[in-house]
Amino acid sequence: MPELADIVEVLLLQNYNTRLVVVTTALLGVAAGLVGSFLLLRKRSLMGDALSHATLPGIGIAFAVMVSMGLSGRSLPGLLLGATLSGIAGLLTMLLIRNTTRLRDDVAMGFVLSVFFGTGVAVLRMVQGMPGASSAGLESFIYGKTASMVHGDFVLIASAAGIVSVASVVFLKEFLLLCFDESYAAAQGWPTRLLDVLLLALVTAVTVIGLQSVGLILVIALLITPPAAARFWTHRLSLMLVLAALIGGASGWLGASFSALAPRLPAGAVIVLVAGVLFLLSMLFAPARGVVPRWFRQRSLRRKVDRQHFLRAAFEILEGQSKAGEVRNEAFSFEDLLRKRSWSPFQLRRILGVAKREDHLEPAGPGRLRLSESGFGEGARVTRNHRLWETYLIKHADIAPSHVDRDADMVEHILGAELVSQLEADLGRRDVSVPMPASPHAIEPENAAR
Amino acid sequence: MAPVKSASPLLPPTQDERPEHPPGIPLAIHDLTVAYQRKPVLWDVELNIPEGKLVAVVGPNGAGKSTLLKACLDLVPKTSGWAHIYGKPYRKHRRLVGYVPQRESVDWDFPVNALDVVAMGTYRKLGWFKRVGKTQRDAAMAALEEVGIAQLADRQISQLSGGQQQRVFLARALVQDADLYLMDEPFAAVDALTEEAIVALLKNLNARGKTCLVVHHDLATVSKYFDWVVLLNMRVVAAGPTEEVFTRENLQKTYGGRLSLLEDAAEALRQVRS
Repeated sequence: MPELADIVEVLLLQNYNTRLVVVTTALLGVAAGLVGSFLLLRKRSLMGDALSHATLPGIGIAFAVMVSMGLSGRSLPGLLLGATLSGIAGLLTMLLIRNTTRLRDDVAMGFVLSVFFGTGVAVLRMVQGMPGASSAGLESFIYGKTASMVHGDFVLIASAAGIVSVASVVFLKEFLLLCFDESYAAAQGWPTRLLDVLLLALVTAVTVIGLQSVGLILVIALLITPPAAARFWTHRLSLMLVLAALIGGASGWLGASFSALAPRLPAGAVIVLVAGVLFLLSMLFAPARGVVPRWFRQRSLRRKVDRQHFLRAAFEILEGQSKAGEVRNEAFSFEDLLRKRSWSPFQLRRILGVAKREDHLEPAGPGRLRLSESGFGEGARVTRNHRLWETYLIKHADIAPSHVDRDADMVEHILGAELVSQLEADLGRRDVSVPMPASPHAIEPENAAR
Repeated sequence: MAPVKSASPLLPPTQDERPEHPPGIPLAIHDLTVAYQRKPVLWDVELNIPEGKLVAVVGPNGAGKSTLLKACLDLVPKTSGWAHIYGKPYRKHRRLVGYVPQRESVDWDFPVNALDVVAMGTYRKLGWFKRVGKTQRDAAMAALEEVGIAQLADRQISQLSGGQQQRVFLARALVQDADLYLMDEPFAAVDALTEEAIVALLKNLNARGKTCLVVHHDLATVSKYFDWVVLLNMRVVAAGPTEEVFTRENLQKTYGGRLSLLEDAAEALRQVRS
């Protein structure tokens, strides 16, 4: 287990080497988050996966070429150049398959991914037998290894990440148009092919600079996960980009820090795990599209609907009990209420429990119920809205009176004050001396109707 | 004294005012053939759309209606022939054409709002790298106003109804202020309110001397909304003023064999006669 002092040292970036690795990986995360957002919106995320796997043969070949030229064979720029070229070859193969045959995209991607990766594995095994140089460490491109970074690598990766990030922001408008509506963009005269190539070039750049720290198998996670997580938080593209960059940067930062503390864990896996946790949290709790907030919203609407149904049912019972026009707040029986709608005794008891807690009900003896002052007022209001809406539907939407109850049921719960006053105006009921319109259809208990 | 320019863009150009667009008919198509995977979709299309008309393109499914529009916009390769916009190839006269694609052609669960989409209509004039500013936003807002949904400008597009989404697409074409509008099924699956709004918009465009070519699927409303019609089924079966061309015989030729549709056609004909 790492000591507390070690943890502090890593998190505060006190060690030069750690600082180098952590900052580089964070920049990589930012660039991947930005470019990945467009890739996600273009629905091409898996293309990044095929691309990263296609870099492997290039790494092996670049190593072999450098060794045969008498160079060290382990220089990062050389290896990354090889990776880039073979990644591009993979992309071109994919486009070739797509444009010249009738095979679908997923077939082209699966083919390129597996064939290039297989070739890469074979090439790596072959160059390991080459005399004169040790190829040990080339495998680290597969799973990622952050520890072995030197200053020159940092400059290379950081500047590439910087260029990619700036380019994603500069081409924001063009990429937005391309991702949203490609054929409109083409009709407008935008060079959509060129923009596509540019986007893929940025993806290639991120993939290649991510090879060393995250590894080619997992770099796709850094392209997909931060944008997908960011999408849960917002409906605005600019904000989504900022969040994706932040989430990507945080994943890189934290992941590289953790893996510095536990050097035996592959860095790529740790970074991806951090990104995965951030994604999970976003998916569950993000207010805009998260699962839990949505569940709460639905539950609160359901409760509101239940409450309004109960209050209206109670009010209609009171209307039936009252003589001579004036509705008075009296006690009524549970059985009467149960017959008003198609609810089970269990459901109704639950609803009544909520109503008690909300002070809409007062105790009235066994088997009897009585609305409170506020419950009675609310019941009158809800019933009135329901009838206004029903009348509107019958008058203006040609809905048969026998069906209107159901339709009104669905909408009335979300009627705002503004809509209600508009309804009143439309129906010519501005006159408040008629506060309660009569039901436009016969009121029958639903359970009795069956 | 120089001729007084008509102040309102709503009025058609006066006699001594030259139209801003080049002379020539809005859309001339000659010998156009389009084939997908060696299967022809359009065959020897010969068509001249006169200026200032509301033109319906009518035909059965798979008749090549959308392809016709796309071929005019250079979105699909032409096997042979050409389509000229005001006498020049499309790429020379892009700014004169407003395109409204089918609503289903894009994913509406996209992180932009209605105003953002309409502002896309200004991108071309804006050019590379420049950001949407107040001028563009104002123009987009005016276009949303014109289709009657200005109050929804900030609404995320997935929260719009189908009809409202359709109006957003129309506004995006309007913001360009084109002379020829190509619309792909703007009336498909929209509510009655939107249909009314689109018809009003078409009439308005027509009053301003614009030409609209509209892919349409509802035979019953053709003669009510359009003064010109193109009957298309791979070839042009007939094209001309609605009252001359929209006949039982031509419809039978266009929809030949599709018996279920003949009912619609008969219904439409009753409307023509009445």
